[in-house]
Amino acid sequence: MNWWHINWRQTKKRDADLERELRSDLELEEEEQRESGISKEEARYAALRAFGNPTLISEQTRAVWSWSWLESLARDLRFSLRTLRRSPGFTVIAVLVMALGIGANVALFTVVRAVLLKPLPFHDPDRLVMLYEADLYKDDTAGFNVVAGGMFAEWKNQNRSYSSLALAKGIRVGLSGSGGQLPEKLDSALFSWGMLRTLGVQPALGRDFTEADDNLGANGTVLLSWGLWKRRFGGDPSILNQTIFLDAQPYTVIGVMPAWFDFPDASTQLWTLVYHDKPEDTMTSFSNHQFRVVGRLKPGVSASQGVADLSIISQRVHNAHLNDPFVFRSAKSRPLLEHIVGEIKKPLYVLMEATCCLLLIACLNVANLLVARAAARRKELAIRTALGGGWLRLIGERLMECLLLSASGGALGLLLALAALQWLMQTRHDMSRVQSIHIDGVVAAFTVGVIVICALFSGLIAAFSTSDKRILGALHEASRSVGGGSARPTLRKVLLTLEVGLTVMLLIGAGLLLKSYQRLRSADMGCATQDVITMHLGIPDARYPTPAQRANFYDTLLDRVRALPGVDAAGFASAVPGQGYQMDWTFTIVEHPPLPQGSGQFALSRWADPKYFNAMVIPILRGRTFDGGKRLDAANEVVISQSFAAQYFPNEDPLGRHLRVRGKDAVIVGIVGDTRYEIGEAPLPVQYYPLDAGVETVGTLVIRSSPDPSRDPGHDLGQFALPVQRIVSEMDPDLPVSDVLTMNQLLGNSTLDQSFNTALLVAFAGVSLVLAAVGLFGVMSYMAAQRTAENGIRVALGAKREQVMRKMLLDGMRPAVFGLVVGLAASLEAGQLMRDLLYEIKPLDPAVYATVAATLLAVAAFACIIPAWRASRLDPVQALRAE
Amino acid sequence: MPSMAKPAQQRVGLLQGTLDMLILRTLLYGPAHGHQIGKHIQRTTNEFLQMQHGSLYPALHRLEKRGWVVSKWETAPDRKREFKYYRLTDKGRKQLVTEESRWKQMAEAVARVLWPAAEQN
Repeated sequence: MNWWHINWRQTKKRDADLERELRSDLELEEEEQRESGISKEEARYAALRAFGNPTLISEQTRAVWSWSWLESLARDLRFSLRTLRRSPGFTVIAVLVMALGIGANVALFTVVRAVLLKPLPFHDPDRLVMLYEADLYKDDTAGFNVVAGGMFAEWKNQNRSYSSLALAKGIRVGLSGSGGQLPEKLDSALFSWGMLRTLGVQPALGRDFTEADDNLGANGTVLLSWGLWKRRFGGDPSILNQTIFLDAQPYTVIGVMPAWFDFPDASTQLWTLVYHDKPEDTMTSFSNHQFRVVGRLKPGVSASQGVADLSIISQRVHNAHLNDPFVFRSAKSRPLLEHIVGEIKKPLYVLMEATCCLLLIACLNVANLLVARAAARRKELAIRTALGGGWLRLIGERLMECLLLSASGGALGLLLALAALQWLMQTRHDMSRVQSIHIDGVVAAFTVGVIVICALFSGLIAAFSTSDKRILGALHEASRSVGGGSARPTLRKVLLTLEVGLTVMLLIGAGLLLKSYQRLRSADMGCATQDVITMHLGIPDARYPTPAQRANFYDTLLDRVRALPGVDAAGFASAVPGQGYQMDWTFTIVEHPPLPQGSGQFALSRWADPKYFNAMVIPILRGRTFDGGKRLDAANEVVISQSFAAQYFPNEDPLGRHLRVRGKDAVIVGIVGDTRYEIGEAPLPVQYYPLDAGVETVGTLVIRSSPDPSRDPGHDLGQFALPVQRIVSEMDPDLPVSDVLTMNQLLGNSTLDQSFNTALLVAFAGVSLVLAAVGLFGVMSYMAAQRTAENGIRVALGAKREQVMRKMLLDGMRPAVFGLVVGLAASLEAGQLMRDLLYEIKPLDPAVYATVAATLLAVAAFACIIPAWRASRLDPVQALRAE
Repeated sequence: MPSMAKPAQQRVGLLQGTLDMLILRTLLYGPAHGHQIGKHIQRTTNEFLQMQHGSLYPALHRLEKRGWVVSKWETAPDRKREFKYYRLTDKGRKQLVTEESRWKQMAEAVARVLWPAAEQN
């Protein structure tokens, strides 16, 4: 026999005792009343009146003994479980709705927390800043300019604000094949030797870089990422101190980084030293901007003091190089965390707002369902109140019911969130800090918090809808409910209006993103995007040191590729449209008067072979492409894009003019159409230089092949990957071919973020639309059921069925229309939040608004039409008899 | 309902703990059952305090739980039926003394604030 049992028996005994006490005292009161000379019946009522409600008294008295709230909680729990079990349909729907809302919120909160809120995994991360160059007098002060090597050196030597400064730059290197493994192209990063010390990170295995490693004369050293070490080297610790070949140069493996370390990019696989790898002129130039700089602020120094310090140094350097317009004169900084997550912050917050809307809709829906049920249980509740059920008890029960619903919903939602996070981590490794996402105590606490808030929110709404004390009214009404209750439907309609309003906001957000995404994907790139496949290829300087060797390599490669069956055209360029900004060069126009001191011109620059324009279907508008006969030093031609011509040769013919770049003159021989370097960005002026000069070593091979149903019904552009790989390995067995992507895939990858955000928001909006439809359907069905008798009488008295149907339909549509108006109005404001996420459309896009309004009305009408139709089909005899 | 018709001042709420004190004081005359206690308080205050049974019984049970009173089923001399009689314990007697003195202090303090002139005279 356990303590619970003993306690139970004691409680029972005490209950009996209390009941006897109250009865005996009540009887006494009754006797006294009768002794004062009134009838037996009268005395009974008088006694009861004087005494009060015995049930309530006994309940309140029992509360003194019951070991308090725990017991009443258990009782509420038992009761709620019983109630919920009695209506499994309602329970399942409510739990699912809650699970969706809570799951989405927990998942997104986990992501936001891991990515945006958690401190970086570095030592004392609050002191770490990302530093940029800025030019106060140019309009690009808003941007974050990368830093020139020379300026970094000056900053490092002269500043007094940072305990250390270090460089980083993402690059790609070819890892040579070894031990039967194929050569491959890897994302890599250049560090200056102090980077890991600045961040406060140690390699997991081996040692950090030292100052002695970081110069042109030192032996090459490399740190491997944990993933590369495991994958490529089998996780064998004996790799330390062994030599691997990167771009045909030997590097000694000195260490392996911890698995979580992914600076500067999530895709970085190995790290080498910048002063070892880069020529001295790059590292001392003040105008060749290409590095990211991380600084650790000294204790007590603020970020703005640090920037002021660096800006003084920059200004001094700038003043000493007034003839070079690209030596900047000030510095900028932002916290390292912000640099890393800057781009995903906004979309994540928009998604977070969307999930909050979704949760609110879910709560409103559950509240709505509860109110409906409360209305159905009105008679029961009224009877219980009449019999002395305490008002607080009833509210407590309702809350307990909601807590049960939202707790089960939350548990299910947590599972959903886990699945969603798993999926996210698998599909989006490119997202920064995605590896740090996991569910921990804070997330668990957040989940519990959300569950409680949902329970309180929906529970209180439902509870207060039943708290009116017109018990008699309810009992009367219940006995002849011809008019149908009026209070509950009003509340339900308000809830529905809110729900529809929120849904409209989500729909509009999703609609805007969807349209923006379509615009983005259908943006004219200025070149062929169908039937084109691209492959990344680079030849190491070490094995192809002379221009002639490089030019020959590309000539041979292109000749052999063009000879492959099915190839319509092939070309090679240092970067193709959609691959990003990549490279720009400053230039002067020889025929123009010199520019005033301190100003300069620059434009995107690309190397291309003569047939590249044909292969990419970039139209030659005037002049011609490069002369294929001019090679090496003789290759002195340049082709410019249309916007280049328009911007720099506004009122003259550019053909025959000369551009001076890096001390060499090139004659303009042709003008080609504009292309976009990045999908979603406006075309910029481009200068194309001939690949035949033999300067460039890295770029993209493009092959265009139109579908030929007879030979190749599926038209799989991937079929060219193997033959090209074979050609390349025949020419040089150590060259990796990487990133084999059709032009469409390449553009798709660069819009991954947008498509991801759009897909999520559309999914949220879809779910909330379904929820709103369910809500409308529920309200309509309930109202129809309540009005069975009313409608029966109408039909019996000769109302046309169409009239009944129209009336029901209008009643149901009213909250939908109100909600639509509210939602549209709120969206006008909320849409502004999304401005940054939209491409080429305004937040007030009328087509999106119109489509959303039409969709919502259609769905609402659909949800209302079944109950309305059913109401109009009523058999009046049946309807009236049912009462 | 009859109570609705009564003037407002007759339905004064009791200060927290006051009811406990009144019950203890009533029991000082000897054991009594709930009905008697209620009637007694109502009568002695000239019906000023309408005994709410809804608070009387919880209060009685609360006192019993704290050990200030004990209860026993005894036959009433005039009714020949058993009622639940409450009886003051020693602990309850002590509690009554404490409560009384505290009440007195409190009443004096309040009086001093409300009628300062009377104090000077």
